[in-house]
Amino acid sequence: MEARPRTSVAGPASKARKKSPYSSWFYLPAAIVYAVLFLVPTVTSFYFSLTRWSIFDSQFIGFDNYVTFFREPALVSGLWHTVVYAVITSGLKVVLGLGLAVLLTSQIIGRGYLRSVVFFPVLVSTIGVGLTFTILMDPEDGLINESLSLLGITGPGWLTDPSYALVSVALVDVWKGVGLATLIYIAGIVSIPQEYFEAARVDGATAWQNFRSIVLPLARPATFTVILLSLIGGLRSFDLIWAMTRGGPGFTSDVIASVIYKQYQAGFYGLSTAGNVVLFLLVTAIIFPLSRYLNSKEVDL
Amino acid sequence: MKRRQIGLAVLSAAALALSACSAGSLGSSDEDSGGGKVTLSFLTDNQPETVKIAEGLAKDFTAKNPDITINVETRPQGTEGDNIVKTRLSTGDMTDIFMYNSGSLMQALAPQKNLTAVDEFADKLDDNFKKSVGSDGKIYGVPFGNYMAGAILYNKDVYDKNGLKVPTTWAEFDANNAKLKAAGVDPVIQTYGETWTSQLFILGDYYNVEASTPGWAEQYTKNQAKYATTPAAKAGFDHLQEVHDKGYVNKDFASAKLTDGLNKLAKGEGAQYPILSAMLSQLIADNPGTENKIGLFAIPGNDAAKNGLTVWAPNGLYIPSSTTGDKLEAAKKFLGFVASPEGCESLGKASQPTGPYAVSGCKLPDSVPQAVKDMQTYIDKQGASGLALEFLSPVKGPALEQICVEVGSGIRKSDAAAKLYDEDVKKQAQQLGLEGW
Repeated sequence: MEARPRTSVAGPASKARKKSPYSSWFYLPAAIVYAVLFLVPTVTSFYFSLTRWSIFDSQFIGFDNYVTFFREPALVSGLWHTVVYAVITSGLKVVLGLGLAVLLTSQIIGRGYLRSVVFFPVLVSTIGVGLTFTILMDPEDGLINESLSLLGITGPGWLTDPSYALVSVALVDVWKGVGLATLIYIAGIVSIPQEYFEAARVDGATAWQNFRSIVLPLARPATFTVILLSLIGGLRSFDLIWAMTRGGPGFTSDVIASVIYKQYQAGFYGLSTAGNVVLFLLVTAIIFPLSRYLNSKEVDL
Repeated sequence: MKRRQIGLAVLSAAALALSACSAGSLGSSDEDSGGGKVTLSFLTDNQPETVKIAEGLAKDFTAKNPDITINVETRPQGTEGDNIVKTRLSTGDMTDIFMYNSGSLMQALAPQKNLTAVDEFADKLDDNFKKSVGSDGKIYGVPFGNYMAGAILYNKDVYDKNGLKVPTTWAEFDANNAKLKAAGVDPVIQTYGETWTSQLFILGDYYNVEASTPGWAEQYTKNQAKYATTPAAKAGFDHLQEVHDKGYVNKDFASAKLTDGLNKLAKGEGAQYPILSAMLSQLIADNPGTENKIGLFAIPGNDAAKNGLTVWAPNGLYIPSSTTGDKLEAAKKFLGFVASPEGCESLGKASQPTGPYAVSGCKLPDSVPQAVKDMQTYIDKQGASGLALEFLSPVKGPALEQICVEVGSGIRKSDAAAKLYDEDVKKQAQQLGLEGW
């Protein structure tokens, strides 16, 4: 309330001051924080990825770390797992998020309550979720398999069977993350002007036509946000996998981030630094063009 | 409102800074303790049994030497703890005495540079232990705890009921397993819910490797011997695959944890469990009355005449080179106490001993569990026990447990696994800067 008149007074004055370098100084604290916490470590990590270092000393070895890293057998499968994981989680979050958002913007009973129920898992600690689901998914006495056996189905070893482990973790990630996707979609759908729906009603459109021709195209910005966020999250995902399987059994649910972490844990600091540089480049290589492409689509609209 | 909030923020920031200060200076707060009184700081890991032993030793030592007080500090276990120890050593900020692993992990601390040699205790220590805390002919530590064996714990009742004898060759072991399976008992317990437990068939088989190819550890360190190309070394991987392929393991092997495995063994649901003998104390604590029901035998190899026990040396107590003057004198006195029969007695009072002592003149009490007696028989017999590979060579790959889980779950064959592990150790050797890699 108080602020409004002040800004209108300050308006012309600030225009006159625009050329003065004075205001740029206000960037300085942020710039220093950014440089110290982000730029310097990034640049030094590029350098240290070329050395074999320990806490006591470092030795420059050129690109040997990268050679070793790409020869790491767990890495090749880890790369593939990372992509599979990111695509599964991202895809399911888009589909389920959109479905839930449509449901939760319609006139259903207990809408507010259901919205918070869907969003709730986002607020819980990832490690907590991981440990809980590890217990639920226990092949012998986990709740999931015990419930299935009541129906006469023998459930698989969700986290111990090599062919299911990665998918099981991805599904838990979806359970945990779909609330955020739903929230973004709800915001997107609510912001669609009512006039479109009114016009559609006049033309006698069905619910499906409403969804197909109004909601889907006009919620596109929300879709892009969900895809980008969940894909970045999926590519870097580490905490949930580490809490649930530690990359196991064997290496069957190892993603790049967990491969890197294990190298670090083993004391191969140079190698794991190189791995992080590779992860950085990989995420950039996938997300940057995708984000450009999606943004250009948005302008077309 | 605003101002109050800012005030609060400043206050809390100041409080944070203050508390950080006092925490940082804790270690060096009583530098001038006059009147000949010395206070030593002693860093150990935070495992409850370890803390009990450390505090017991400190108390009993002070009772005898009232001028010296020892404060026990704790650190996390595992790799996080490794990093703390390395950081504090390299910044000269280490406590006056500290406890750490012996063997390859101790070698990674660069003992010549960071630790004080304590050769004066050499004649009190067992040869195997001296090997695992020695570097360049000097000795850097005294034992903190007891020897452990990597062996097979077995349920004696189940063995008696099925009329089985302790096997000394793999063929006999296999025959026992077939009989046990026919009798409806899980012959071999595996617990991949805790991945480290998967490695015993390989690590605990090292005595047999050394017996069939003497000097293997040295060649291995020099990159001249490999797991994949030495049949005796690869046998461990083969055995792991065999017990899985023949269906000798418990049904829930993929998700079971150490505690589950120990309980299965104690209850006789499973007959044999390859594990470290130190886990015995947990087994007995959780299943009272099993002291004499559980026995121990070495992992069988090909030759009954050459079968023996693979032994893990206890952790060591070390003095960093940053400890000097009066404190160094006092610290050495403390190490001398630990490496004496009185020290052993204090140790045994704090925690039930689960293996022989590494200090000469220390005897186990008569009341030890059966498995420890079995272990002692191997150790007392000349040449029937040897150190595990990690005490003879600094080369140990970090991925062994995952590789073992893969072999033991039928995901990877033993040949491929041995090759993969050879690749894995290469990184470790390069990081340590060993020659020939």
